[in-house]
Amino acid sequence: MINKKIFFKGYKSILAHDSPAIALGCCFIAIGALLKNLGFNIQESIFSTMLTYALPGSLVMAESLLVGASLLNIFLAVWFVNARLYPMAVSLFPLMMHKNQPKWKYYFSCHFIAVSAWLIMKSNYKSIPKEQRIDYWIGIGSATWSVAVLGTFVGFYFSEFLNKEIMMGLAILNPIYFLCMMVGASKTIQITLSVLFGAILGPIFYFFSPEWSILLGGVVGGTAAYLIGEINVS
Amino acid sequence: MSVSVVYAILVTSLATFLSRFLGAVSSQGIKESSKIFKWFNCLAYATLAALIARTIIFPVGVLNEAGYLIRLIVVILSLGVFFVSKRNYVYPTIFSAVCMALMASYF
Repeated sequence: MINKKIFFKGYKSILAHDSPAIALGCCFIAIGALLKNLGFNIQESIFSTMLTYALPGSLVMAESLLVGASLLNIFLAVWFVNARLYPMAVSLFPLMMHKNQPKWKYYFSCHFIAVSAWLIMKSNYKSIPKEQRIDYWIGIGSATWSVAVLGTFVGFYFSEFLNKEIMMGLAILNPIYFLCMMVGASKTIQITLSVLFGAILGPIFYFFSPEWSILLGGVVGGTAAYLIGEINVS
Repeated sequence: MSVSVVYAILVTSLATFLSRFLGAVSSQGIKESSKIFKWFNCLAYATLAALIARTIIFPVGVLNEAGYLIRLIVVILSLGVFFVSKRNYVYPTIFSAVCMALMASYF
């Protein structure tokens, strides 16, 4: 089963001085308020965060519901915007794979893949023995997921106190936090170029195809950065 | 609960979980020292950067109501705070929210 000591070590990682808990919580406060304004009740809002647990996907769902999109359209729009989770999973799970750990832990804990938990794990995994990393990851994921659910709850009940300017402030928190974390993580030429190319190409591709812009920016930018890095090494 | 909202939540969850689950399944045979792992690492960082840039430049929701210039100033000032505070993540994040709320109120 799960090693409790390692699990709680992961869980407590959101209490660190540079934790994403504040940014994450504030963003889900905004989501809770947004869902209430859209006509969701408290159960639906909490249910949405618990099951989806991905900020851009929730925003796209909210926008799609506003314009009366079909379920197929919602599925495709969310899938496009959340397709980033696929390379994030592939670039994280090999760091935690161990033959002594059961497969269900990996399939269960993939639900916790989100930018905040992913970045915490990427910066801390070396300090945890490989066999125990999956328990540490489940701890981090449970903690960030709890913060998201709590944020949605608070946002739902405090929405009437949040005016447009405060909502704007809450909405900018997450991108700025992630931007700083990405700049902080840019320690090798490949990652630095990946961040740079992705940030430039994503908005450029938006002019040609808003739906595909994130995926195309990521694939083209990431591949170019990888190739330049490999040439540089060799 | 209204039926359409519940279905929308389920469809959103399914679309989100699909990428996560496929990623977990297909990463089974990949070693962390392999070239394909390095490539996927680059793809992940580039995709995240593309998403963040898109969120700031072409936002959906309430952020769309703040002008380009305001968003640009907030990003530049927040990055300034990040470097001045010796790469602390919390100060620029809190600063960005306060700065955005104030600028949205006065401009």
